[in-house]
Amino acid sequence: MDRRKFLRSVALTGAAITTMKEADAMSILSQSFQTTNAAAKYDLVAVMGGEPEAMFRKAIEEMGGMKNFISKGDKVCIKPNIGWDQPVEMGANTNPKLVTEIIKQCFEAGASEVKVFDHTCDDWRKSYANSGIEDAARKAGAEVLPAHQESYYKTVSIPKGRNLKTAKIHQAIVDSDKWINVPILKNHGGAQLTISMKNYMGIVWDRGFFHANDLQQCIADICTYEKRPVLNIVDAYRLMKTSGPRGRSLSDVVLSKGLFMSQDIVAADTAAANFFNQAREMPLENVTHISKAQQLGLGTMDLDKINIRRVRI
Amino acid sequence: MLKKIRVTLSVIILTLVTLYFLDFRGFIPEGLKFLTEIQFIPALLSLNVIILLSLLLLTLLFGRVYCSSICPMGVYQDFAAWLSKKFNKKKRYKYSKAKNILRWSVLGTTVVAFIVGFNFLVGLLDPYGAYGRIVTHLFRPGYLAGNNLLETIFTSFGNYSFYKVSIYTLSVSSMIIALITLFVIGYMAWRGGRTYCNTICPVGTTLGFLSKYSLFKIQFVDEKCNMCGLCSMKCKSSCIDSKNKEIDYSRCVTCFNCIEVCNRDAMKYKIVKRKKEQIAQAMPAYTYIKEKAPQNSSTSEKLAHSKEAVKTVNESKRRFLSASLVTGLAASKLLAQQISGDILPKRELKRQIPIAPPGALSFDHLREKCISCHLCVSKCPSRVIKPALLEYGLGGIMQPKLYFDKGFCNYDCTVCGDVCPTGAILPLTVEEKNHTQMGQVQFILENCIVYYDETSCGACSEHCPTQAVHMVPYKGHLTIPETDTSICVGCGGCEYVCPAIPFKAIYVEGIDTHNIIEIEHDEVEEIVIDDFGF
Repeated sequence: MDRRKFLRSVALTGAAITTMKEADAMSILSQSFQTTNAAAKYDLVAVMGGEPEAMFRKAIEEMGGMKNFISKGDKVCIKPNIGWDQPVEMGANTNPKLVTEIIKQCFEAGASEVKVFDHTCDDWRKSYANSGIEDAARKAGAEVLPAHQESYYKTVSIPKGRNLKTAKIHQAIVDSDKWINVPILKNHGGAQLTISMKNYMGIVWDRGFFHANDLQQCIADICTYEKRPVLNIVDAYRLMKTSGPRGRSLSDVVLSKGLFMSQDIVAADTAAANFFNQAREMPLENVTHISKAQQLGLGTMDLDKINIRRVRI
Repeated sequence: MLKKIRVTLSVIILTLVTLYFLDFRGFIPEGLKFLTEIQFIPALLSLNVIILLSLLLLTLLFGRVYCSSICPMGVYQDFAAWLSKKFNKKKRYKYSKAKNILRWSVLGTTVVAFIVGFNFLVGLLDPYGAYGRIVTHLFRPGYLAGNNLLETIFTSFGNYSFYKVSIYTLSVSSMIIALITLFVIGYMAWRGGRTYCNTICPVGTTLGFLSKYSLFKIQFVDEKCNMCGLCSMKCKSSCIDSKNKEIDYSRCVTCFNCIEVCNRDAMKYKIVKRKKEQIAQAMPAYTYIKEKAPQNSSTSEKLAHSKEAVKTVNESKRRFLSASLVTGLAASKLLAQQISGDILPKRELKRQIPIAPPGALSFDHLREKCISCHLCVSKCPSRVIKPALLEYGLGGIMQPKLYFDKGFCNYDCTVCGDVCPTGAILPLTVEEKNHTQMGQVQFILENCIVYYDETSCGACSEHCPTQAVHMVPYKGHLTIPETDTSICVGCGGCEYVCPAIPFKAIYVEGIDTHNIIEIEHDEVEEIVIDDFGF
């Protein structure tokens, strides 16, 4: 049996197990997420038509306020996408205004500290600076941490992962009480779309392993890491429809003015993917990490079955 | 007083030049680049007439002030000599005869080597370049280690103003050369002061020729001097013959040690009364130097040959040219192969041609202009520049080349060209840099994860700033890389990030003459999204 045949059989076995577990995945609807006070009113809030910070304010209000997610004294870590040395107009990195507003509200909810980092793809100094996030986060009172060296990462076990059994995760996440996942909605050459789940690749050190061991499966696997984000906030103020995730020119970018917020990472990404589909055809079944995550019990793709609040500003 | 001024100036310049090389966080203002530009060989190679004339004028007026204060290697030698005195208090110098045959033959050999295109010798002997390598390969690791130590301390107190940097040896050969330079010149200075400057250094010999005719000179005041010989003992250039009250001005670096030490105030630094034609005689030295200016004729010849898409950014300044873009066909052929049957064996990649830094124009240009001071190596924020071994040939040993083991060339970064003091790497605007092709992408299908494992990847395309590597539909939902070398800048993002093991599936092959690429951008189409979509 050569390597290729072996991999085929592994894949088939995997698929078989998957179908058997399908019933389990459905039980996700009853899964409870970590919230501080009363449960959130909605499973997902979608906002359109405003500025990034205004859309966030509206969304978090609908979710019952930041106090629902952040408690007094919490050490909070915010993980935006700061992957690229690109200006804000390119929509390659999370909008700094959104990051600022999240930090502010975390402090208002009583966070004792807020840390911000990303394991960038381009030179980290340039990405941090030119994305505008470093400056914005510092001004809002957060610590901006480097993430360019392996020594900043801690090995954690991913028991529920299929291909990924351990990962080195940035200590800011590992040591935090709560963390907030703040991706930006983009096309991605390999994973098709990069949203909340793909944003996890910025908390790990060895991305090469992901790419070399079935990227889509590893993306779903890493999301099973026991410390889940208390919120996934998808920045879709600008979306990158083509040439993602880095982008070549402004013709890749659509000013879409959207924002999605959910504790359910699968639902958040499903909603965002549907939103993206309007800018450029992107069938959900192509973005296989989303369905793989559903199979792992991380959330639901069935948006009809969850309580969604749609707001237009 | 004069000595104090000299020492202060020297220490300031040496410190700033060193820090300029070491600084990786932008603490040191970019304007300090001028300290590297005012170095003699860089000014000569970049044909900076104003600086060259100023240096020559400076020497003709005040003697070898350049050697004394501006040249970092000179100051390093003073430091070594000063240190030796701390160990041996009784140390004294002694007048010796000029080693004219030696120094003129070294200068002659260097000039001839330079003219025939063997630039290695100039790079090896130029004091500024040699000092640059010492800082880059020997001091820098220490500086970075210091930074990491501070980082550990500060971070443990919750202060994040420092960040860690990795420390590694870029090139063993360059490090050894730097080490030998440090010790040999240091030892010479320890033993005999400015021996290197007055026997080997080609700049020292050239300026020494001029300083014989300089306006201000150190002179004996005959009526005060009792020939005690103190001045001679203090002269680190061993150029004062106190017995005959003669000074060899070709070796005097105007350090003023003699004036300082003289108890009888018998030495003065003052205008020499002399005939005017002597200044006139000195002038041909400059024209002689100018004749050495390299002519870039080969580039223009090639320009005429190239038929396709030749677009010059700035005719008068640089002559980039666009070569044929044939290589693009290879990738699609490879892609076609996968349809027919069996999986291909994995193949090792090996870069055949080195990649010269953006702005280097061509290997010829780089070889002619670069003295391997390694400022680019030290300053590259992505740390992708390292000294070549024999990739550019014998004359190009230690000259900079790109490698992508530890990172890739940032698309919008122009640092190497901005800092290069010799014009070997010309400064590019971001726009020019974005359109400069220094290498071409090569895709090896049989090594690719999408082909071999049939799983998604796309890491290469993800990093590609021009989408010269883009993902096209493959089996099922999979996408596989497709390359278009005509828009590849050769940044190496794809090569660096490719996770395929044991051999990468994509890499950049160098080109000996850089091209200008044309990137077509789609029109910005107005897409209005007015629904949630679910």
